[in-house]
Amino acid sequence: MSVAKPLPHDAAALHVTGAARYVDDVPCPTGTLHLAFGLSDTARGTITKMDLHAVRTAPDVVAVLTADDLEFDADTSPSNRDEPLLSTGEVHFAGQPLFLVIAKSHLAARKAATKAKVTIDAQTPILTIDEALAENSRFEDGPRIYEKGNAEDALTQAPNRLQGQLTLGGQEHFYLEGQAAMAWPQESGDMHVFSSTQHPTEIQHKVAHAIGKPMHAVRVETRRMGGGFGGKESQGNALAIACAVAARATGKPCKMLYDRDDDMVITGKRHDFRIDYDVGFDDQGRIHAVSFKQYTRCGWSMDLSLPVADRAMLHADNAYDIGHMRIESHRLKTNICSATAFRGFGGPQGMVGIERVMDHVAHALGKDPAEVRQTNYYPSAKSVAAGKIPGTTPYGMEVTDFELHEMTDALLAKANYAQRRAAIADWNAQNPVLKKGIAFSPVKFGISFTLTHLNQAGALVHVYQDGSVHLNHGGTEMGQGLFQKVAQVAASRFGIPLDMVKITATDTGKVPNTSATAASSGSDLNGMAVKAACDTIRDRMADHLAMQHQTTPDKVIFKDGQVQIGDHVISFADAAQSAWMARVSLSATGFYKTPKLKWDRIRGTGRPFFYFAYGAAITEVVIDTLTGENRILRTDIIHDAGASLNPAIDIGQVEGAYVQGAGWLTTEELVWDDAGRLRTHAPSTYKIPACSDRPDIFNVELWDIENREDTIYRSKAVGEPPFMLGISAWLALSDAVSSCGPAYPALNAPATAEEIWRAARKVTQDV
Amino acid sequence: MTKVHVTTTINGDPTEFLCEPDETLLDVLRDRLGMTGSKEGCGTGDCGACSVTLNGRLVCSCLVLGAEAEGQEIGTIEGMAQGENLHVLQKKFIEHAALQCGICTPGLLVAAKSLLEKNPDPTEEETRYWLAGNLCRCTGYDKIIRAVMDAAKEMREAA
Repeated sequence: MSVAKPLPHDAAALHVTGAARYVDDVPCPTGTLHLAFGLSDTARGTITKMDLHAVRTAPDVVAVLTADDLEFDADTSPSNRDEPLLSTGEVHFAGQPLFLVIAKSHLAARKAATKAKVTIDAQTPILTIDEALAENSRFEDGPRIYEKGNAEDALTQAPNRLQGQLTLGGQEHFYLEGQAAMAWPQESGDMHVFSSTQHPTEIQHKVAHAIGKPMHAVRVETRRMGGGFGGKESQGNALAIACAVAARATGKPCKMLYDRDDDMVITGKRHDFRIDYDVGFDDQGRIHAVSFKQYTRCGWSMDLSLPVADRAMLHADNAYDIGHMRIESHRLKTNICSATAFRGFGGPQGMVGIERVMDHVAHALGKDPAEVRQTNYYPSAKSVAAGKIPGTTPYGMEVTDFELHEMTDALLAKANYAQRRAAIADWNAQNPVLKKGIAFSPVKFGISFTLTHLNQAGALVHVYQDGSVHLNHGGTEMGQGLFQKVAQVAASRFGIPLDMVKITATDTGKVPNTSATAASSGSDLNGMAVKAACDTIRDRMADHLAMQHQTTPDKVIFKDGQVQIGDHVISFADAAQSAWMARVSLSATGFYKTPKLKWDRIRGTGRPFFYFAYGAAITEVVIDTLTGENRILRTDIIHDAGASLNPAIDIGQVEGAYVQGAGWLTTEELVWDDAGRLRTHAPSTYKIPACSDRPDIFNVELWDIENREDTIYRSKAVGEPPFMLGISAWLALSDAVSSCGPAYPALNAPATAEEIWRAARKVTQDV
Repeated sequence: MTKVHVTTTINGDPTEFLCEPDETLLDVLRDRLGMTGSKEGCGTGDCGACSVTLNGRLVCSCLVLGAEAEGQEIGTIEGMAQGENLHVLQKKFIEHAALQCGICTPGLLVAAKSLLEKNPDPTEEETRYWLAGNLCRCTGYDKIIRAVMDAAKEMREAA
């Protein structure tokens, strides 16, 4: 069997030789034209004049398009039809595309795009949460509220109560391959699109609208992305549509790449949040009630903000069984780029809220925060299986697969948490300038799209007469190793070596109506769809071979590249040849839909998730209290990937996610100026973790236990959940700051050097 | 503008090309020579995805003009393997699963090779800081460091 083996990424040999092709590496047909957007420099206003003469007459410019030139509905929104490709007169954020330059080279298009003279009648932009609240500028009529029990009464009755507030910054995806697309016009006005996208079907759908064609006239192909992280779930729409519209206008292939600075200015990012909390608890640290108010800046358009904000609410409990909870969520419309999907999809923001509460309560009681966390855990899966009543989330879903009691015990022991915590306290007592901190944090993350109909997938599998297999499914490859995992499933079903399976580009012409590769669901959904397709073919082959050898299909075994039929053994290739000669179809589709889901997002009740994935992390840091400078010294992680389909790939996901999560909460700071312009629009000003920031000691293990639900080979989704292990780095920094004095640090995120310095001063001065 | 005629050596092969005076070496490699292994991550010399060597010195090819290649020796990812035989670093990157989306991988390999040519026995810290100019958004770097350290060891043993 190929599954469960730590095999390298399917394209590893291509990656290390530079031969792997991304969209920008696909050779362009002769005559390909290149595109660039002209952008607004104003955050809000009305265009009064747009003089494009200098743009049109710039060298190598072929054409310039404005909204008036667009014949059909060139809208780029994945949700709400509120994002015209080019401004129709109103300007909603600094960086909004106003016009489209079509030129003979990428550089010519970019140079020309800067030459427009645009006059905008500027209005005061709505930039901050407070400004949006003051103007009641929001999506949906009012806040969404999920409630369990009666938080208000329980807060009043609790022995102890405290309140606090936390601000959480957004995050730039910084996929190392920027957004890219190419459209190649075909006969009859059809369009073949290459797009760096997590959602080829969405690109197909939006491009079809934009060129006034049915979806069957548009074919979208995605071999791989150079990173996605949610940033290519909807943000690639504009480029693909621009290419298709320009290709239709000129009859030439058109290609568009965002320059990095443009990419960071135009595209959406992780939602930033402000979270107000009110918590009631007893002297043992048991939380009786929590009330959260979550405020998020969604930016100028709806995009995916509603389900993102929903998921923040759905993770406001994280791992804790709290009797009374109220979560109020405000989705605010502001004049900045439209915030979008990013690994965790709101879950991390919700989770940081409750982890702050746990930390604050532990500080108030003078208890070990790890102990307070364990005190509040949901009942374990084992105890539930033995008859204990399961805990219920604030949205009414029973938690029956809770693994964290055992995982936490194992991690605390493995990382010598108690001894190290004591040693750090001693160290801090002796060192006035450098302070160390340590923190534990758990993750419980819900797996499934909360938009229930998205939990479906399709696959197409062919077996050729030489026994080689062509594999296709609706998932996209962005580096997460999905293609390899799914190929391992196919190889296992046929009992053949992996090199007999050809992994092929995601293609809307092969598998239709796909969901985005998102919500960590890629291998769960597509693995099952591929299994179904392979099993259909395998059963047909078994029926044929059984009949041929006077036996029954259950006596036909596919194993080690061979097929055993009773006493006969033939190669898989011979079996395929034999089936073909007997006119047996060797091609099949497969389909899967996730079972057991039932969710009402308005009332906030039901079962939005098929299961939960768990993780636990301990991080140790050191800070310089005079400068705020800081380092991660050691990280220990145990993560639950179920029965892993590929441990090498899964551990890679855990490590990368942790570092990305820690980056979000530490160095990655987005700064908009008072005019609403993003000032951190390149890696020179926006700091993602580098090699030198990796923890000195980094121990990662998988928690080896099967998924209790019937997923593909009992594995669990692994893309997003470990991102939130990075919360332990932020909590460790808070712990280090708290050693400076008795006051609670109330550290905001990102905990940049400046923020740590500020918090340390505050804690010291509050003495 | 009049194009510049450049005679250079790329991965040991004598090469000639015409380019604009303001065209970067990265664009020349990718668009004129079809060598797309070097990637553009930022275009401002901050991410390392376009790393190549110029007379053995590690540079960002997005910050070098094509015209500057005149008479020089350029090394790119395409020249790292000898035919079908992968360089030790390439093998170790595969073996240690030190890559995910793969787009930073060519630059990291070129940078790591340059490190080991200068310092065949680097400490882990020296390796980390040498590679700090090559951003990777997927892996968290742990496996990359392990792969480079392991390759260095194997290369020393073979030397």
